[in-house]
Amino acid sequence: MASIKEQFEIPGNLKTWSYALIGIGTAALLYGMFTKGFSADEHEQVHFWGTLMYNTIFWTLVTNAAMFFICFNTMAQAAWIQSFRRIAEAISTLVPIFGGITLLVLFYVVLSHNHHIYHWLDAEAVAKDPILKGKAGFLNPSFFIIWTSLTIILWSYFGYRMRQISLEADIAPMDHETAHKFNIRSMTRSGFFLVWFGLTVASTVPWLWLMSLDAHWYSTMYSWYTFASSFVAGMALIALWLVYMKNKGYMELSNSEHLHDVGKFMFAFSIFWTYLWFSQYMLIWYANIPEEVVYFKHRVQGAYKPIFFLNLFINFLCPLIILMKRSAKRNFTLVAFMAVLILFGHWIDFYQMVMGSLMKEHISLGLLDFGILSFFVGVMILMVARSLASKPLIPKYHPFLKESIIHQV
Amino acid sequence: MAQKKFVVGCFDEEKVLFPAVKQVRTAGYKIKDVYTPFAVHGLDHALGMRETSLHTAGFIYGITGTATAVSAISWIFTKDWPLNIGGKPHFALPAWVPIIFELTVLFAAVGMVMTFCWLCQLAPGVKKHHFHKRATDDLFVMVIECTDKTNTDDLLAFLKSNGAIETDVQVAEEEWWFGTYDKEDNLYNNKQVAL
Repeated sequence: MASIKEQFEIPGNLKTWSYALIGIGTAALLYGMFTKGFSADEHEQVHFWGTLMYNTIFWTLVTNAAMFFICFNTMAQAAWIQSFRRIAEAISTLVPIFGGITLLVLFYVVLSHNHHIYHWLDAEAVAKDPILKGKAGFLNPSFFIIWTSLTIILWSYFGYRMRQISLEADIAPMDHETAHKFNIRSMTRSGFFLVWFGLTVASTVPWLWLMSLDAHWYSTMYSWYTFASSFVAGMALIALWLVYMKNKGYMELSNSEHLHDVGKFMFAFSIFWTYLWFSQYMLIWYANIPEEVVYFKHRVQGAYKPIFFLNLFINFLCPLIILMKRSAKRNFTLVAFMAVLILFGHWIDFYQMVMGSLMKEHISLGLLDFGILSFFVGVMILMVARSLASKPLIPKYHPFLKESIIHQV
Repeated sequence: MAQKKFVVGCFDEEKVLFPAVKQVRTAGYKIKDVYTPFAVHGLDHALGMRETSLHTAGFIYGITGTATAVSAISWIFTKDWPLNIGGKPHFALPAWVPIIFELTVLFAAVGMVMTFCWLCQLAPGVKKHHFHKRATDDLFVMVIECTDKTNTDDLLAFLKSNGAIETDVQVAEEEWWFGTYDKEDNLYNNKQVAL
């Protein structure tokens, strides 16, 4: 393996770009915070904190999806990810950072008792409201804060443990016995993450963070919907970095076979997302009960109509039609294009999930949204690149590496 | 019904089979097929077979299913027999999506299975010559088509030198015919198996 480039050197223009994006983002963030976030007008407040909320939650979940990807593949003893697992690991190093920002934002919202964002924070309203009273055991500030902190801390911790064990594959060749033990230990560690992931992303966390924005409304599909949205965006992010690294001449062991399988994940989970989108929509549309329809009323027939259908167009029709062909999933340019489109589409999806509930009268999408997005994109680019540069790009003594090299679809 | 002459070479390991396939192909022989006990990754590529068009057929079947469902349901519920169901509009697309989806899947699945059987000539009552019984058990069986110019002795020696553990020449029916496999000998019936 003498010819393999194991060390990533961060190109100068990547740094320039990410600093520029972070600069724009910070300016937008500060401007928004002082003109809107701390203004006396509650609409302005909701606009700013809502925008910050959906961005930070989106990026936390998307980066966490990269660790989920590693963990379920480890659990299934799937070998094909080994040649590019360091990309997914690098993306997952952002969980503590974006998770920390999420914690700060959510703590601020909850501790300042901003009941224009979370209606259930209004103690007087809850006391008079039988529905909210019934949910008070779950939707209350102390549970929210404890569970949210626990979520972020354990995601970061279990993710860190997975990244640590992966480093053992860099040290020395393993004999059969060591490799077997290494495999079992990796699986155990991934198990912890997966169980916690199931208890958080696939159930409670979307209820707490996002669904409780409509405190009276609920949908049993919501958490899966959020999971599907963040996971497909996470796969798109992995694909994007894989294409970037290939373009720069790294990741020699990954080829169109690996890209094909990543593309399959993007395609399949776009369909899965649509399945959940439709299951949530159709049942509510069919039953037509006022307390359920309230979620879709202004989204389908009100101000959010264009966003709502744009969401479906980008996240369902485009992947369905463009990524269906085998040759499309093996084409680096097309996969990169679709990855950007899917990331943007699911960002829009999170936008309508949060802002569609907070500002029902008009679409707020504008410079503030893109400014804050550029902050997160900038941090993501910079930190992933740094993390990639900090360790070897190939886990070169991993027992499954050979199987990954000869991977064939 | 055309009888043809084939040279058969049996291999017992994948890592011998792959170079042998390459050698036989570069030597200019025409491989009819390689029969394997399980799906071997990359063998289709090594044999130089073209990509199957089964998925294109599947797409066409699927689209047919979608079109059938959309046209049938929309005609039935808006023209032929409009019903008021819970005050919903007659053209109630969300309610139709599950049926449209199911018909798409049904058409694609049934169509592809039948196309697959047709392409592989598989059906009840369809019988084909088996070049070696152990092809379904533990042997990789390479079948090479002979022409008038093929020197079978050379070819047999060539296969042996490339690691074939068993070789023979067979004159066999190339296509399928009506018949069943019931009366045929079982694999090890006439053979002393050395254990």
